Formats: sequence, structure tokens, C-alpha cells
Amino acid sequence: MIRLENVNKIFHQGTVNENHAIRNVNLQIKEGDFITIIGSNGAGKSTLFNLIAGTYAPSTGNIFLNNSDVTNEPEYKRAKYIGRIFQNPSLGTASNMTLEDNMMICSRKGFKGLKISLNKKTREYFKKELLLLDMDLENRLTDNVQLLSGGQRQSLTLLMMVLSRPQLILLDEHTAALDPKNAAKVLDLTQKFVSEYGLTTVMITHNMGHAIEYGNRMLMMDKGEIIFDVSGEEKKKLSVKNLVDKFHEIRKTEFQNDETLLSR
Amino acid sequence: MIEGILVEGLIYSIMVLGVFITFRILDFPDLTVDGSFPLGAVIGAQVIISGMPVSLGLLAAFTGGGIAGGITAVIHNKLKVPNLLAGILTMTMLYSVNIRILGNRANVPLLHNKTVITGIHSISEGLMKTEYATLIFFIIFVYIIKKLLDLFFHTDLGLTLGAMGNNEQMIISQGVNPEILKIIGLALSNGLVALSGALAAQYLGFADVSMGIGIIVSGLASVMIGEFIFKSNKIAVLTLSAVIGSIIFKGIMYFARIYGYAVRMTPNDLKLITGLMIIVLLILSKTKIFKRKKGLE
Ligand SMILES: Nc1ncnc2c1ncn2[C@@H]1O[C@H](COP(=O)(O)OP(=O)(O)OP(=O)(O)O)[C@@H](O)[C@H]1O
Ligand SMILES: [Mg+2]
Repeated sequence: MIRLENVNKIFHQGTVNENHAIRNVNLQIKEGDFITIIGSNGAGKSTLFNLIAGTYAPSTGNIFLNNSDVTNEPEYKRAKYIGRIFQNPSLGTASNMTLEDNMMICSRKGFKGLKISLNKKTREYFKKELLLLDMDLENRLTDNVQLLSGGQRQSLTLLMMVLSRPQLILLDEHTAALDPKNAAKVLDLTQKFVSEYGLTTVMITHNMGHAIEYGNRMLMMDKGEIIFDVSGEEKKKLSVKNLVDKFHEIRKTEFQNDETLLSR
Repeated sequence: MIEGILVEGLIYSIMVLGVFITFRILDFPDLTVDGSFPLGAVIGAQVIISGMPVSLGLLAAFTGGGIAGGITAVIHNKLKVPNLLAGILTMTMLYSVNIRILGNRANVPLLHNKTVITGIHSISEGLMKTEYATLIFFIIFVYIIKKLLDLFFHTDLGLTLGAMGNNEQMIISQGVNPEILKIIGLALSNGLVALSGALAAQYLGFADVSMGIGIIVSGLASVMIGEFIFKSNKIAVLTLSAVIGSIIFKGIMYFARIYGYAVRMTPNDLKLITGLMIIVLLILSKTKIFKRKKGLE
């Protein structure tokens, strides 16, 4: 459904700060895929998401969505079929508005008119959806979102993202800012929504265990390139240990501390 | 006297509502206001002078202000200039435009024309004192505008506007073009400001191209006074606080004008007072937030 062809991204091209953040990436994401991405800091993972989401255009190369070229389509247009969650829980919600207002805004993508859609019926629907989170949020529809904890906010963001049933969801370390308990909860929810609604998913994580455990395909990125691409049975057999070995084998490098290589 | 303060406060509260929309809801500090307020005044005046109905003048003023706000938004969107600069550009250009609309004059009297005020007088004649009639009219007028705004900010579009001021990324992620929202928000805001300008000119009995100088600061002061009194996340309370803030501001200004001579103040000092008032309010609100945070810990 999404195809990247020879995509390059060079920041500050032609200056001393030139930074070749994405190098010749070719990637095809199929419908129903759940892809995890790992890679060290600055490997280009978020940049890859920004290119797919349309935050900026690639320096060279093309991006196709369902076979139509969307390389230069602005982010807000692509957002109609792409959902996205960031590491920072505050980026997904309007903090000084109520839960119900936030959910209303997210329940349907695209330009909104002069209709008043927030009524008894939609509130009931929101309550029913919030029950899925099991965080007692269904009784806090008129609370401002800023009163919620980071884990609650990120769970709400996840729920609001799937309300509009996007075709593709991009998760950028969406549990990294949470404590382990909340992170596990949000990951569980993610898995639940993904399988329930059959969402095509790409998830960046610094947790190699999660990268192996979740999804049907895994990409390893380094210095702007996808250096390892594994799926199916082969992926299931991986362990954190042979992931690190794999990295050395590919990059022919030796680091003092293997863990700093792929995780933080 | 008290009716005078109330009426002026109500007329200017329409402008304050416009300032509230840009500064507080859209988080787009918009200085177009200093130009769109007199724009409304001169458009309204010209329509009246040419003999057309007063209501048409008000509608034209609202539309003119809306276009001015839209231009600021487009400058900001397309040229990627900071919002303050975009507003200053439009405001400066409007100064010339306003003089042109008045037929190369800087001001025009409206004492012998049919205005909103004369309209009220002719209806209320013999029923009650004209001051009271004017007051009642403006209470109803502002109430309707406030209600319409409350309603607007409950619509899907209104909610989205509110969210954009808080988190633009969220709006983009929802498939909405923030550029369009900014045009809509600024047009609405400046439309209200111009409407307020048209009414102010008719109430004062003249339109003057310099009547907008410092309007943005007095609007902001009014918004802040209102916020100082009410704290809420409900739009209906926020708009009410803007209206009340405007009336209190006019009251303070009135007393500064009347009793200021005791401390050798002249009307020229009023803008300085307004600025100082904002500074004091900023300090007070900072300490207030400080206190509230402490209370939560
Ligand atoms: N908007 C930008 N302008 C300039 N350089 C950028 C920009 N965004 C990213 N970069 C650079 O591109 C490179 C890749 O950054 P990116 O954020 O994609 O890394 P990442 O793999 O997501 O890292 P992390 O794990 O730390 O999130 C970095 O060198 C970064 O400094
Ligand atoms: Mg990143």
C-alpha cells in the first residue's frame, strides 16, 4: 500500500551542516503488515516517518500510496489515511480542551463544518470507546486533557487515532516517555487495536525485545539506511543477542558496549 | 454617566471578543486590529453618508474587517512571515486604505446622518430615556453576538479552531489544513473588530482614521481583566469575561480621565496607563499561577 522508491533526504543541502539523513531507501509496506523499526539515535527513523507522513518532501525519490504518487502531497492531506503517534504525549491532544472535545475533533478526518456533532449520542459512543482503555476515563469526558497522566494521554491518543480507522499508523516510540507499567499497557492496547481493526502498522522502538515480539517484519536502520530487513519465521527466531551480532556482521564494527548500539 | 460607561464598554466588547479569539483561542497575536477597527468605522460611515441603510453599513464593515483579517492570514501562511509582522503589514497598509475610503480625508462627522443611535432614539422616543434605550439595545446586541460566538465554538469547526491554537500538529494529523483555519479565525476576529469600530464611530458621532491607535492594547487589557475575574475552560464563561473585562476597562479609563487631573494626568497619559495596566496584570497573573501551582503540589 505504501512504496518508497530511491528516497533520499538531505538536510541543509549545500551547507557545512549538510546531513544525509535518509540514503537511498526502498521500502514496500503491504496491507496488514505490522513492521517494527529499530536503530540507534540519529539513524533516521523519525525522518523516515516524516517523509511517509508528508511533514516534508524527500530530496529525491518518490513515495506512492495505493499506487498513486503522493511525494508532494502536504501532510494534512495524507493524514486522512495515515494516523500517527509521537513519543511526546502532548503532541497528540489539545491539552486545554476537554476529553470529549478532543475526541470529537478526532472522530472524523478532514475539514469540519458548522455542524454541532457533539451530542448525547456521540457522548455515549465516546464513553463506550473509552471503556476499552479501562482507565476510568469514561467518567471524565468534561475534564481537560491536561489533567490526565502521560500514560492516560497516550492511551487516549491511540484510541482517538483509531476512531477514524486510518489505513496506516505510524508509531514513533510512542511508549518511550512512559513508565514500564504504563508502557506495557499502551503496547497491549496497540496490539489489540491493530489486530481488531486490521491496521497496517509501523512502530519505531528502542526496545529490541518489543521489536522482536511484535509484528511480522522488522527493519534495522543505521546512518540513514535500512541495513537489515527480516520477516516471518526468520523474525520469530531472532533473539536480542543475535540482533546485536547481526549488526556487527553487517557493519563490521565492534563497540565497547553493545547495548548502547541499538538501545538508549 | 454609568450608562455611558456601560454602552461604551459594550460597543468595545465586540472588539475585545475579536482580540480574545486571536490571542487566546488561535494563539495568533494579531495586530491587524489597529487598522481594522478604523476600517470598520470608515466603511460604516461612508455607507451611511451615501444614504444607504445603517444595517448595510454594519454588514459592510464586518465584511471589510473580515477581508483585512484574511489578508493577514494569507501573508502569514504564504510568505511564512511571523504572525506579528503579518499583522503590522496589513495594519500599516490599512492606514492608507482608510483615508482613501473616507475620500482622502482623515475624519468625517456623522452628526447629521442616520446612525444606529438615531435609529434607537426614533424608536424609543416617548417610551423611555434615550440613554436607557441605547443601553438596552447594546445589551441585546452584544448578547446576541456573544451567543452566536458560543454556538460557533461548539461546532466541529469551532472546536477545531480551538485545538489549532493549542496544538497545530494535532490539527494537521486530523487532516485539516491549518492555513484555511487561520484565514477563517482571523477573518472572524477582524470582522468583529471592524463591526465594533463602525458602532463606535456612530456612537461618538465621527469616524477618524486614527481611532484605532492602541486599540489592540486596550483590547488585550480588557481580555486580561476579564480573565483575572473568571477562570474557566467553558467558552460561554470566557466570552462573558471578555465582555465584562471590556466594561471594567472602560470604567477605569473613565475615572482616569475624570479624576486624573488630581495627579496632573491628561488624556494623553491614557495609553501609558493602559500599557502599565497590562504590565501589572501580567505580574499579577504570573503570581496567581505560581500560587495555584503551589496549591496543587
Ligand atoms: N528537521 C531537521 N532538520 C535538520 N536535520 C534534521 C531534521 N530532522 C532530523 N534531522 C537530522 O537527521 C538525522 C536523523 O534524525 P532522526 O530524528 O530521523 O533520527 P532517529 O533515528 O529518529 O533518532 P532517535 O532514535 O534519536 O529518535 C539526525 O542527524 C538529525 O539531526
Ligand atoms: Mg526519532
